[in-house]
Amino acid sequence: METPQLSSLYQQLILEHYRNPRNKAELDEKSVEIHMANPVCGDEIRLQLRIEGDEIAEAKFVGQGCSISQAAVSMMTTKLQGAKLADASMLAERFTEMMHGDEAAANDKALGDLRALQGVSKFPVRIKCALLGFDALQEALKADGQESTH
Amino acid sequence: MTTRFDPVEMRSRFPALAQEVHGRPLVYLDSAATSQKPRAVLDVIDEYYEHDNANVHRGIHELSRRATVAYEEARTKVARWINAADDSELVWTRGTTEAINLVAMAWGLDNVAEGDEILISVLEHHSNIVPWQILAARTKAKLRYIELDDQGRLDLSTLDEVLTERTKILAISHVSNSLGTINPVRTLAEAAHRVGAVVMVDGAQGAVHTQVDVQALGVDFYAFSGHKMCGPTGIGALWAKKELLEAMAPYQGGGEMIHIVGRDASTWASVPHKFEAGTPNIAGAVGMGAAVDFLTDVGVDSIVEHERALMEYAMDRVRAVPGITVYGPESLDERSAVISFTLGDAHPHDISTILDAEGVAVRAGHHCAQLVMKHFEVAATARASFYLYNTTDDVDRLIEGLGKVREIFA
Repeated sequence: METPQLSSLYQQLILEHYRNPRNKAELDEKSVEIHMANPVCGDEIRLQLRIEGDEIAEAKFVGQGCSISQAAVSMMTTKLQGAKLADASMLAERFTEMMHGDEAAANDKALGDLRALQGVSKFPVRIKCALLGFDALQEALKADGQESTH
Repeated sequence: MTTRFDPVEMRSRFPALAQEVHGRPLVYLDSAATSQKPRAVLDVIDEYYEHDNANVHRGIHELSRRATVAYEEARTKVARWINAADDSELVWTRGTTEAINLVAMAWGLDNVAEGDEILISVLEHHSNIVPWQILAARTKAKLRYIELDDQGRLDLSTLDEVLTERTKILAISHVSNSLGTINPVRTLAEAAHRVGAVVMVDGAQGAVHTQVDVQALGVDFYAFSGHKMCGPTGIGALWAKKELLEAMAPYQGGGEMIHIVGRDASTWASVPHKFEAGTPNIAGAVGMGAAVDFLTDVGVDSIVEHERALMEYAMDRVRAVPGITVYGPESLDERSAVISFTLGDAHPHDISTILDAEGVAVRAGHHCAQLVMKHFEVAATARASFYLYNTTDDVDRLIEGLGKVREIFA
């Protein structure tokens, strides 16, 4: 196997989000909260969303774990403030595609800073770290959808 | 006559170590998870499958005879290696985990009842916690813990409070997988026997780094695995005093473990076969026997001496890395060949990825010891563990890799 470059993994932007995570706090009013953990390594987050109509009014998280998992969820929350639910769902899909090596997804400007995580796709054992936040987001959107159909 | 132990020559006997990982010669520092296997053991397993493969204790034909002899000779080797009083005291299992579950179920369900207590410690691997939680839930017994001090050693100052007349079993590790702490098993066994409890030892790491003598340790059960001591995966053993094994109900039912089968009831084979239902891992047992031959030939004393010297070198160098925190006992008299650490704000996962890119394999995570992590208030640590094939060059490569971690997380 070709040796992937560490520099593609540990970009400054990732380390910056790891050390100064955005939106890391408890939400006072939340419509949905998802706890997601990776039992193998102990990475975990609680993603909290306040959903109003078809929009995410506010997104915050608390958690602990490696630089990749925590930076990814921090970057994700910056994209979620005020996002339409359909756009949030699309974002999760695009990011997941990028993690699975999809070049087109990696060039999608809609991913913004999250594109800094593209290098993770070259480190198979770390992909699940990067997906922790988006897995929680997809669960949260599913949970919200089920609630509103009642 | 003693020949000088040469770790570089030793390394060359392990085929998997002769490879490059990410363009660098492999440095394998994850033996506490599983050891690499020497050519001598691999050859014996191949030889068994190529010439002797047959089912055991069933056939009249020549291959079945040979397979049975190989299987039982391996039992004898492993039993003698830990100084069992009798070969029949050694039951083959899938590994340490199955051996502990066997004790918890086959001994525990008949000997532990409501109001009784099971004593373990915070230091334990999950495999020596969860089976006792299951037993406690089923019997309404109480699970109690020996706490740890700030060096990750058992806090024996409060032993009298947790080891009481109600304690039915003390289940304790010989050597900790997460910190390397060596526990005073003999002292604990004496204390447990004074209150009438039996003693089970999780020897997954103990059988690797010490010359085990189950009689001198004065314990009742000793569980260990082949794969951590140069043998194959999927094989291990439970040693137990014969009178305990004979009084215990079977663990699983099936072929091999029976004497006569009737419509409503059956009678059991004698020990140890009573606990070996179904076709066993014959090649695994043969391989574990070969591992014992290999370790005997090298000499456990030489291995222990080598590991001690390597640890003195490694601990000095690792402790000198700026920003590092090392967990576990200060004294090497109380620590096996394991260094568990964190480095600045680099998460252990990131440490492991960066080291891996340098060809250095370490484990990162909770090491199946979440209670130990909680004790030290960390989510995870990185762990470098050493064995007979590791050299001071390996330690230097680890230190070099930690330098890379510090550069990236500067």
